[in-house]
Amino acid sequence: MKQQEKPLEEIKIDPRIPEGPLAEKWTNYKAHQKLVNPSNKRRLDIIVVGTGLAGASAAASLGELGFNVLSFCIQDSPRRAHSIAAQGGINAAKNYQNDGDSVYRLFYDTIKGGDYRAREANVYRLAEVSGNIIDQCVAQGVPFAREYGGLLDNRSFGGAQVSRTFYAKGQTGQQLLLGAYSAMSRQIAKGTVKLFPRREMVDVVIIEGRARGIIVRNLVTGKIERYSAHAVVIASGGYGNAYFLSTNAMASNGSAAIQIYKKGAYFANPSFVQIHPTCIPVHGDYQSKLTLMSESLRNDGRIWVPKRKEDAEAIRAGKLKPTDLKEEDRDYYLERRYPAFGNLVPRDVASRAAKERCDAGYGVGNTGLAVYLDFSDAISRLGINVIKERYGNLFQMYEKIVDDNPYETPMMIYPAIHYTMGGIWVDYELQTSVKGLFCIGEANFSDHGANRLGASALMQGLADGYFVLPYTIQNYLSDQIQVPRFSTDLPEFEDTEKSVNDRVKRIMNIKGKRSVDSIHRELGLIMWEYVGMSRNKEGLQIALDKIKEVRKEFWTNVYVPGEEYDFNTELAKALRLADFIEIGELIARDALMREESCGGHFREEYQTPDGEAKRNDEEFSFVSCWKYNGEGEEPTLLKEPLIYEFVQRQQRNYKE
Amino acid sequence: MEKFINITLKIWRQAGPKAKGRFETYQLEKVSTDSSFLEMLDILNEKLISEHIDPIAFDHDCREGICGMCSLYINGHPHGPDTEITTCQLHMRKFKDGDTIVVEPWRSAGFPVIKDLVVDRGAFDKIIQAGGYISVNTGGVPDGNAIPIPKEHADEAMDAATCIGCGACVAACKNGSAMLFVSAKVSHLALLPQGKVEAARRVKAMVAKMDELGFGNCTNTRACEAECPKNISISNIARLNRQFLSAKFKD
Ligand SMILES: Cc1cc2nc3c(=O)[nH]c(=O)nc-3n(C[C@H](O)[C@H](O)[C@H](O)COP(=O)(O)OP(=O)(O)OC[C@H]3O[C@@H](n4cnc5c(N)ncnc54)[C@H](O)[C@@H]3O)c2cc1C
Ligand code: SF4
Ligand code: FES
Repeated sequence: MKQQEKPLEEIKIDPRIPEGPLAEKWTNYKAHQKLVNPSNKRRLDIIVVGTGLAGASAAASLGELGFNVLSFCIQDSPRRAHSIAAQGGINAAKNYQNDGDSVYRLFYDTIKGGDYRAREANVYRLAEVSGNIIDQCVAQGVPFAREYGGLLDNRSFGGAQVSRTFYAKGQTGQQLLLGAYSAMSRQIAKGTVKLFPRREMVDVVIIEGRARGIIVRNLVTGKIERYSAHAVVIASGGYGNAYFLSTNAMASNGSAAIQIYKKGAYFANPSFVQIHPTCIPVHGDYQSKLTLMSESLRNDGRIWVPKRKEDAEAIRAGKLKPTDLKEEDRDYYLERRYPAFGNLVPRDVASRAAKERCDAGYGVGNTGLAVYLDFSDAISRLGINVIKERYGNLFQMYEKIVDDNPYETPMMIYPAIHYTMGGIWVDYELQTSVKGLFCIGEANFSDHGANRLGASALMQGLADGYFVLPYTIQNYLSDQIQVPRFSTDLPEFEDTEKSVNDRVKRIMNIKGKRSVDSIHRELGLIMWEYVGMSRNKEGLQIALDKIKEVRKEFWTNVYVPGEEYDFNTELAKALRLADFIEIGELIARDALMREESCGGHFREEYQTPDGEAKRNDEEFSFVSCWKYNGEGEEPTLLKEPLIYEFVQRQQRNYKE
Repeated sequence: MEKFINITLKIWRQAGPKAKGRFETYQLEKVSTDSSFLEMLDILNEKLISEHIDPIAFDHDCREGICGMCSLYINGHPHGPDTEITTCQLHMRKFKDGDTIVVEPWRSAGFPVIKDLVVDRGAFDKIIQAGGYISVNTGGVPDGNAIPIPKEHADEAMDAATCIGCGACVAACKNGSAMLFVSAKVSHLALLPQGKVEAARRVKAMVAKMDELGFGNCTNTRACEAECPKNISISNIARLNRQFLSAKFKD
């Protein structure tokens, strides 16, 4: 059924933030929201798409409450979601170290780290529930690192002056996900959660303006399946793979986000993408993904390139080794440019500085797109054993990939796409602009503003899934208890499935000359070149033109082998690529619109005389919400104003 | 240093669970020794696609050794000839010019083939569902620091919890036993005070499920430990056996 279009001026973005002082909003909300009583919960079905930290924690908690949960994931097991790869840790305002941490401080650091582009009320709630996450995980048996006294250990991360990061070796994401997966497994055994692995959502079904189900492609048989529910929760992760090369897992994608965007959910701040400065550089044309080297390495490693271009050239040609260069021939450019913070400047600043040096011809490695991260100083100062203890597993990982021994020769690193702050717009209840459709975890536009602090994504995913959504979704479901289960034979299911089938057939029938990956690589190169670490008006316009060409190339010249109704990896990738092209365009469009530099979004036209990001609070203090208007039509920009009631905005400064 | 090698691949192809499988031989030239094993397969697949041949299906996702999705049996070893790594962390520099490389799926009664090199490891999820958890609901739990845990216990639990559920232990075992996987989970939880409460029930339920799903018996060949990419120790199997016996004894 088509909804009556409202004239645009009338569409107001309402985040539905509860009244009252910042610190009381969440408590007040919980005290007054509507709940569903236990016997009615059984009659309500909830679809959860994704089993990462956000999806698994939500499925487990909703199942425990007694709802009937249907859980979907692409991988063969929920335990393999991309969250498994997170290394460093998870933040929480426990103040176990007695170093002055508090809910307010974690809130403030997150708002400031996000360059004042996040919603105060959401961020405060996030900080408020952060402590409960740690308690919950400990109770589940997550083996966090401990001190000799038996209490939990903490480490510090960028952007904070306190030690509030909890960790489990270099595998924090793995342990947290296994905790959520085990909680979810317990519910599967009880029958409250039904698991559908190797299933990929390919569209959402809307009935009378509300999300009532999804269409899924069974990745084993290729068959299209229908599932109905009273509410749909999207927890499908970030869209960093629009850039082809990123630190994300291979199956990470933005398709669920694009599907719901096309059904009326707003896409918010798409251009806020995080680039991580310390990743293993690209080694060749056939590179499939990039590997992160933890941020913690910058505590002891010094970053440099040769001072002279001749030396850089000789190194690239293999005629000179980095260890041959004398101290005075090295340019420790971060220490030179940012004396106060040195190698510990935030992620965006460190990334841009590396690109600047490499673009100027000082890069190393055989491609010239790498800089050194050197531990020789730290080794002579602290001894090799201390370094081994601190970073041993990372050094081993590096050696396996690069075949170089970082104890003897400096590591090579380069920035890479890592995380997407942008995503589907949600209100305070984590509900999208479509009723009954919720979005959690990295997939939503979330609480990180224009830049996310290290160790805060895990916190947000679990906050959403364990402690926020299980409350807020009840406010929506409380008046749905009279609504009977939906038949998947309804015309809305028919129609949506038909459009999916048409799309699949159209792709299969192109029978062109290019493989999916070759077109994806092309898109990635455009994104990285023009919509990557630093952006400008002209480049963004070029990107928009080039993405149009890529879209045309895809829809006329892609070749997908095999059969439609079969295990067909190429078809699955093709469907995702079609959506990455749409996302790429949205990222570029948003970046072009935002005429300021903030957080991960750097526009060359808007910088201070010494090359730092210049925010424009007068004109751009808003969340950009893109509304889909149909194929081939330009989307409409809607704005949610960001009003700062409790925090004073400042310009970031890392020089003094 | 980067080199380029020519290799011959003998790869197991099987159209579906019930189809008959066979080895196919492929030649690949000028493979960079800096590329990973899976990138080499990507290159081969690109080539097959350009020749309109169905590409080889294989499982993978994180490509950095943590998700447990990749699962290739290479030259007689689960995850290939290198040690302490998964298939996705294997690099072509471990092979020589002119080598023939044989690639098969995990072979075990517990893991039926889905297509080519992809197998169904759903049985592992079912074993976890049988009891691989601590029965707590969200909310209402004590403070994280309420129960101090000796560092050695926490570290030992962490070592066992490092298991990525890849199934190489099963593929390596001539009996197709899942004991290393099950014992890693049993140990991880039994080593923590939070997990001790349900330890007896857990070990019985998980072992019963493992037997029911067609995994074989453990005869202590230690092949699993040798091939496990995460160094899970067979001392966990000893711990499981002790727990299992004492749980049965109490019955
Ligand atoms: C290498 C690396 C290290 C990191 N380290 C840290 C860290 O130390 N601390 C920190 O806080 N953050 C870290 N992050 C970020 C953090 O890991 C992620 O932001 C977070 O895990 C995302 O969780 P999620 O639940 O939102 O999504 P994901 O974990 O990405 O899960 C997505 C789920 O959705 C499913 N899915 C996707 N699309 C579909 C579809 N169409 N149909 C069905 N299912 C679908 C997938 O199968 C999967 O189950 C790191 C990220 C990377 C890449
Ligand atoms: S015990 Fe080792 S080999 Fe077995 S599933 Fe776990 S990580 Fe894989
Ligand atoms: S692909 Fe994740 S462990 Fe190999």
